[in-house]
Amino acid sequence: MQQSIQRIMALAIKELLAVLKDKRSRIVLVGPPILQLLVFGYAATFDLNDVAIAVYNEDRSAASRELVAHVVNSPNFTLHGYLENEHQITPLIDNRDVLVVMHIGPRFSADLLNGRSANVQLLIDGRNSNTALLVQGYISNIVSDFNLDWARRHDLPPPPATVTVRPWFNANLVSRWFIVPGLVGVLSMVITTIVTALSVAREREAGTFDQLLVTPLRPIEILIGKSFPGVLIGVLEGSFILAMAILWFEIPLRGSLGALYLGMFFFVLSGVGVGLMISSLALTQQQGMLGAFLFMVPAIILSGFATPIENMPYAVQLLTYADPLRYFLIILRGVFLEGDSYALVSQYYWPMALIALVTLSFAAWLFRHRMN
Amino acid sequence: MTPAAATRMRLRAMIRKESLQVLRDPSSIAIAFVLPVLLLLLFGYGVSLDAKHVRIALVVDLADANTASLSGAFQHSEYFLPVSYQNIQQAEHSLQAHEVDGIVWLRNDFSARLLLGDEAPIGVFVNGVNANQARITQGYIEGVWHTWLASYAREHGHEFKLPVVLQPRIWFNPAVDSRNFLVPGLIAIIMTLTGAMLTSMVVAREWERGTMEALMVTPIRIWEITVGKLVPYFVLGMGGMLFTVAMALFLFKVPLRGSFLVLTGASALYMMVALGMGLLISTIARSQFVAGQIALVATFLPAFILSGFLFQISSMPEVVQLITHIVPARYFVAILQTVFLAGDIWPVLLGNSLALLIMMLVFLGIARRNAHKRLD
Repeated sequence: MQQSIQRIMALAIKELLAVLKDKRSRIVLVGPPILQLLVFGYAATFDLNDVAIAVYNEDRSAASRELVAHVVNSPNFTLHGYLENEHQITPLIDNRDVLVVMHIGPRFSADLLNGRSANVQLLIDGRNSNTALLVQGYISNIVSDFNLDWARRHDLPPPPATVTVRPWFNANLVSRWFIVPGLVGVLSMVITTIVTALSVAREREAGTFDQLLVTPLRPIEILIGKSFPGVLIGVLEGSFILAMAILWFEIPLRGSLGALYLGMFFFVLSGVGVGLMISSLALTQQQGMLGAFLFMVPAIILSGFATPIENMPYAVQLLTYADPLRYFLIILRGVFLEGDSYALVSQYYWPMALIALVTLSFAAWLFRHRMN
Repeated sequence: MTPAAATRMRLRAMIRKESLQVLRDPSSIAIAFVLPVLLLLLFGYGVSLDAKHVRIALVVDLADANTASLSGAFQHSEYFLPVSYQNIQQAEHSLQAHEVDGIVWLRNDFSARLLLGDEAPIGVFVNGVNANQARITQGYIEGVWHTWLASYAREHGHEFKLPVVLQPRIWFNPAVDSRNFLVPGLIAIIMTLTGAMLTSMVVAREWERGTMEALMVTPIRIWEITVGKLVPYFVLGMGGMLFTVAMALFLFKVPLRGSFLVLTGASALYMMVALGMGLLISTIARSQFVAGQIALVATFLPAFILSGFLFQISSMPEVVQLITHIVPARYFVAILQTVFLAGDIWPVLLGNSLALLIMMLVFLGIARRNAHKRLD
């Protein structure tokens, strides 16, 4: 037993040195994740700021000017300019100079004062339909407020029923609160996979893996030793990214940190498992890298990181159950925003543990059964 | 033999050698054809922002005709999958357990206040963790409320009029189908991956095996090697590109409102940029290991997050907006979304193509300089 631990330790240290001794690979491991978190944390947001808007106001009454002022003074919009005629609209939108044109017809104030509904046309660039829907939503909120205010000032009857929406967990609907915890998962996965995906393939190509197999090390010992750097680096870098999410991006951490760490451990373990499996299947480093790519890209897209799993067709949803990132993202967002404790996230631990178990066993089996 | 004829001959030989290598190595054909098809299938079906069938909990404290007609409005909307709950505690528990994404709650004074015209409150809770979906759900709920309000007023013989009514027209994509803008963007991401991977890994392998050095001692010049390597991969990459465009048009039914010629021209330009990027990576990295890592870090995630494929660039902080200018996918995504959905809008096409042309020259220029240095 003690000998076994000694052997594992020796291999683990050697593996760790293999990753860290090369200056370039040290840089690759530390630099990009931090840079990516900073850039993507700010870039990946669905919230709209400074949307370019042009206004074509044929009415020019006090009422229409007031409505326009509400829109262009909102922090979500930036006024591109006032239009003089209808022909200016198409080129502005076509050329992407503005995202939306607000067109107020000449009868606006007459309709408004006579109790007919006054129409306001919104022409929105739908090339990104999600943005288009959000722009429509922002302006419709402003118009609703304007309507309430107008009705109150002119003693019009209020609507018989009103909707009051209260978002839970994220009262101001900041999409950074959704994306940054997701990035903790995505970046941890990239690091873990990069560290492990080539570890066996590189040795196979160099021929040193055969030497490793003839040492007294048993496959299980090789497996533990090979997993060690991946788990260690994954958890350390994951913690660092986590700390940045909390301290730099100020995402509220409302739940149990322990529950999150348990999730991170199982997630990193499953990432190491997949990485080692790919690495043991690959005969060359190129195949290993290709395999890592082929795993990582779909794993990120299908994890629910940016687009919700519920929107996917059923067959694709089934596929997401094999994606360890899916579970970790639920845990991350649950613990961060919803204040989840162990009890609420415990059902997401075992799928990751299962993925780790299957991939690690398969990798260990491949050590001896895939030789040229 | 004139120098020009010699160049032609060496180029021909180089292209022939590279083409044979491509044809005999199934992995590059797999990268060029199988990978794009698989990725487009997976993402085309997997990536959608259209919230349909949002699961909501309906809680009616005191049921009567009015609450029934409002519940009916939610049941008939294609956006919602309403489930009735007995009381608000159960519904809140469900929201917490992710079984529903929102709650619509009609309290027991709803009908009484409705009859008095006293702004009867429709209480709505949504799970705000995914802020984007929550906002869209909120919009849908308000839509149902508007429609119901109008029909309620009609039934009661009086007309209810909002002072200002918005008439939104969403150009280029009136059905607001997110696939129409995501699939063209995906083509850019997939081309970035395949283009950069084709050259970065394959050329790094040549350096690693030392066969590049062998090439260098022949009379062939560096730029001839570069061209000779680029031509076969360019042809291969464009083949994959046409494949994915065909899938976008016929499988995902994305409309192509611009001309096919413009699309092909812009794609050819972008393919050169992606190959140039791969070549540059392979000259910087001395091994396949580092080349692969850089290709992964420098291509996929930036193309996914910083290209405007999903997230609006104009809403990003200014520093990040500056960074997006060095992400080539940014320009290609703009071209693709315009050519597919809006048509041949020259101001958009020319500006972005010019940017791509400059990036191509920069990548190839640096790659050539680096390659030259390595011989020293």
